[in-house]
Amino acid sequence: MPDNASTPVFTPKLPIYLDHAATTPCDPRVVEAMLPYFTSIFGNPGSRNHRFGWEAEEGVDKARRQVADLIKSDEKEVIFTSGATESNNLAIRGAAIMYEKAAEGSGKPRGHIISCAIEHKAVLDPCKRLQKEGFEVTFLEPPKDGIVTAEMVKAALRDDTILVTIMRANNEIGVINEIPQIGELCKSRDIIFHTDATQWVGKMPTDVYADNIDLMSFSGHKLYGPKGVGGLFVRRKRPRVRLTPLVDGGGQERGFRSGTLNVTGIVGLGKACEIAGQEMSADAIRLGKLRKKMEDSITSRLDTCQVNGHREKRLPHITNISFGFVEGESLMMAVKEIACSSGSACTSASLEPSYVLKNIGVGDDLAHSSLRLSLGRWTTDQEIDYSIEKIVAAVKKLRDLSPLYDMHKEGIDLSKVEWAHH
Amino acid sequence: MAYGPKIIDHYEHPRNVGSFGTQAEIKQRKDVGVGLVGAPECGDVMQLQIKVGKDGVIEDAKFKTFGCGSAIASSSLATEWLKGKRLDDAALIKNTMIVEELSLPPVKIHCSVLAEDAIHAAIEDYKAKNGIKAQTPADAAAKV
Repeated sequence: MPDNASTPVFTPKLPIYLDHAATTPCDPRVVEAMLPYFTSIFGNPGSRNHRFGWEAEEGVDKARRQVADLIKSDEKEVIFTSGATESNNLAIRGAAIMYEKAAEGSGKPRGHIISCAIEHKAVLDPCKRLQKEGFEVTFLEPPKDGIVTAEMVKAALRDDTILVTIMRANNEIGVINEIPQIGELCKSRDIIFHTDATQWVGKMPTDVYADNIDLMSFSGHKLYGPKGVGGLFVRRKRPRVRLTPLVDGGGQERGFRSGTLNVTGIVGLGKACEIAGQEMSADAIRLGKLRKKMEDSITSRLDTCQVNGHREKRLPHITNISFGFVEGESLMMAVKEIACSSGSACTSASLEPSYVLKNIGVGDDLAHSSLRLSLGRWTTDQEIDYSIEKIVAAVKKLRDLSPLYDMHKEGIDLSKVEWAHH
Repeated sequence: MAYGPKIIDHYEHPRNVGSFGTQAEIKQRKDVGVGLVGAPECGDVMQLQIKVGKDGVIEDAKFKTFGCGSAIASSSLATEWLKGKRLDDAALIKNTMIVEELSLPPVKIHCSVLAEDAIHAAIEDYKAKNGIKAQTPADAAAKV
């Protein structure tokens, strides 16, 4: 099967999980920390009159410190939520409504927001809803490398801009935006700056004050913590950021997020942050090498394939590769032993490929036949070696079947062929 | 997508993959008919080739397909069915027969339609190359 590999490839346990950007397994140390909070330390941290409540509150307080240590904030600045989607909604909607410039129904725009066309849906959709409600939103269109720069944000600023929301690193292509520079720009103009750092926190060093971040979303299950818990950093000084809450009730989380705290989840998130602080730099070095090896060997052994997005300014553990002349669904079938994501939605009836890839100028054909491969804490060298062989073999097999690849090799320009559309 | 065993079998072991020559060579060959249907933007392109003997019987058939697992399976099955058939009989293969044989899921019916289109296109190409009048429904009726 390996066409030019000289060493036999060891077969690891299958299937291989290379979809850590979708979710990560819980670290066993995280599970261990959580367990007592289901049964013995089960109190409601809002119960102030007995030790059941106090003990639960201690667990939450400890977790808040663990999170704050990882992102270099004050512990009072950490708000626990159900995950990054809720954090994004609270940050964007909460800030827009709090800082609006003109009243609803006054006929004037309520305020201007800057975001980006390749943000996660959990940022795009709250922005679009605000658009319908009288705010104006500019969605920046990044260039081919996928990176949003401070220059691009600067060019879009208006007198009535109230909020800038740009993700720290992209979930599909892994490229890293110019967050410290955008933060500095926003600070100089007194504009609230939110960043969705879901793929970043716990993988890369974070310093919210050094990077001039006002609001930052993150999620437990992307950093080896449990699902259903996440957080929002809300800056308390220079400036003290205010938000209109989405959920009213008992006034928990300083009134930003009412509802009894998910104590077990929060304890797990805290532990996951503590472990990340100790291990992420070593993980980043190791996974960065493995990712690079994967990109280099696949692109050197196959023609007409490309790594999408900037080759250097990217997260160590995420890559996105497109293969010409093969079709998305059959590619996924051919690499079924590798659990990863596809840029194609065509396993359903929809023919729409990834909007992220489309937006950075990847053609529909290459967007459909792209794989997002994301590595994690327990990804081994053997798994990567095996995956490289499988992917190369799969693309070669499908190209042997592809009339388009034959035509390409014969020098026929496929864009000039008159296709019988159906 | 959860596929049945017959689709998986054709996808993993496609029958009669190939071509009777380069695009330029095939154009010159009078004994070969080619059907090229679909479009890259739509996610499927099928190329079906039939090699026809002097007696009007399909001696050999080959395919190449860019497309999903169902598209590959439909065209692979089509080549199996075409071999040994007279041209007129080959023209009677219907997409519904392919759907039934492979148990194609409803969202993949278009793959079988494409395979039927490819069969007809290959037959028409062979006939055009050899000056055989394309069969109209009236001719077919007259024969019965």
